[in-house]
Amino acid sequence: MQLSLASQNGQSAAEAGLSSSPLCIRGLTVSYGEKPAVFSVDMTVVAGQMTAIIGPNGAGKSTLLKAALGIVPPLSGRVQVFGRPLDHQRARIAYVPQRASVDWDFPTRVIDVVMMGLYRDLGLLGRIRGSHRQIARDCLDRVGMHEFSERQIGQLSGGQQQRVFLARALAQGADLYLLDEPFAGVDAATEKAIISVLKDLRAEGKTVVAVHHDLATVRDYFDNVFLINTRKVAEGPVDEAFTAETLQAAYGGRLATAQVDQIATTA
Amino acid sequence: MASEFVTLSLTPLLIGIFAAVACALPGNFLLLRKQALIGDAISHVALPGIVVAFLLTGAISTWPMMLGAAGAAIVAVVMIEGIRRLGRIEPGAAMGVVFTTLFAAGVLLLEQSDTSSVHLDVEHALYGNLESLIWLDGTGWDSLLDPQALAYLPVELPRMAATLVVVAAFIALFWRPLKIATFDEGFARTLGMRTEWLGLALVLMAALAAVAAFDAVGSIIVIAMFICPPAAARMMTNRLEVQVGWSVVFASVSAIVGYVLAGYGPMWVGMADAVSAAGMIATVSGVILAISALWGPCRRRAGAPSGV
Repeated sequence: MQLSLASQNGQSAAEAGLSSSPLCIRGLTVSYGEKPAVFSVDMTVVAGQMTAIIGPNGAGKSTLLKAALGIVPPLSGRVQVFGRPLDHQRARIAYVPQRASVDWDFPTRVIDVVMMGLYRDLGLLGRIRGSHRQIARDCLDRVGMHEFSERQIGQLSGGQQQRVFLARALAQGADLYLLDEPFAGVDAATEKAIISVLKDLRAEGKTVVAVHHDLATVRDYFDNVFLINTRKVAEGPVDEAFTAETLQAAYGGRLATAQVDQIATTA
Repeated sequence: MASEFVTLSLTPLLIGIFAAVACALPGNFLLLRKQALIGDAISHVALPGIVVAFLLTGAISTWPMMLGAAGAAIVAVVMIEGIRRLGRIEPGAAMGVVFTTLFAAGVLLLEQSDTSSVHLDVEHALYGNLESLIWLDGTGWDSLLDPQALAYLPVELPRMAATLVVVAAFIALFWRPLKIATFDEGFARTLGMRTEWLGLALVLMAALAAVAAFDAVGSIIVIAMFICPPAAARMMTNRLEVQVGWSVVFASVSAIVGYVLAGYGPMWVGMADAVSAAGMIATVSGVILAISALWGPCRRRAGAPSGV
């Protein structure tokens, strides 16, 4: 993985046709209005590792993830998951949306939310068996939420809600995990629990991609970074792509130089 | 007494219950999706649809009018979506604009056209005429086994029953996608669900229920039943499965108690005439909502932002 600073007119896919990469994006452009939110982005996620998508507010981090998952329609571009089109590989993908994207007053219990992760197994009318409930309980166990399974989801704290979303993703039994700001607004205990689960997934050979906002923890948590500010700024291993230079390029004047130096040199 | 009940009250009661439940079922999801007003919109735009159908065919006959109402409902749904997207207006406001405008247009059309000879007026559109849906051939309980008497059941009864079956079957079959997509649309899409088609199907089911119920009982019941029983049910439980159950109970109770109160209530307080059954049914559903809002066990978590 070489460091690549994207050129003005967008990067052409040098390594065409590669890829059994868990997530391979080429020339992706997404627009909500007149201005594109994501412009001509290429991304190649490394299998079995953890990648952080980083960039300033409004840089298109979530949009990139949502377009990769087919939640928002792209204007142009291709997405391949494990070397095949997304629609053939949905069973291998798990997704954790931003916690604030749903109404937590929805009348349902914790265990019911986790069971939603089993939908692809259950289908429209498939009978829920004891084994399904066991999977759901095991997943709640892994995020430390076992005793909350009968609670109404609105009665949970923000961190607990985030863990329930992670448990639902675990229930999907996927190979590629895509998370949108999993650490946003959670307590320290939850952050520890989540990162430990994600590292376990990596140890099992799974691939993790997370939109991340806390620059201070990038080095501790992730193997690779993907810097974006509408266009791709840099992509590669943390040591090579997460530098003062790339951060300055992504954030511009929004980060003080001293801050950048400190983050980039903290090993 | 029994024969009088079968002749005069059995069919209106059943039609009222079927209409109430058929509207309350999709109402649960519409409420959670913050689209509860769509029932209001659909039932109002049914009026211009019916008037146009009448003007085209020149007669009060059921199928053209149902088609006219259904066509108007679809036009309204498309208009609401269009205004919401092009005007970047919130959905509630878009619905409000569309249904008031189309209903007003319906009133104007009705005034201008010569409908004085037929039973088609604004009052009928609002309140329906549940009390008139009597079963003259039903002379007692044994009439329920008499094919000849059954042949003369008011046509609204089998039609409303069929509507209820279709709506209930849709909700049952698509229960899981509806639940997942209503709670977390983005996640539903990553599962490969076509959430926009699912949402459209839900609105079409609501339109079907609204148009069929509108024909039988008027738009007041439709509006009330889309919102009141589900909203009251939400405050009784924190589980969607149980909420839908409560909403069916509340809708049925509203229909029965409302019908009985409308027919006999005024006599009990010494007044001579019965009052509108549709109005009373809607009122009872509102009272149930008020009671559950005051004493329901789950009202604190009842989602004030997601309610009405």
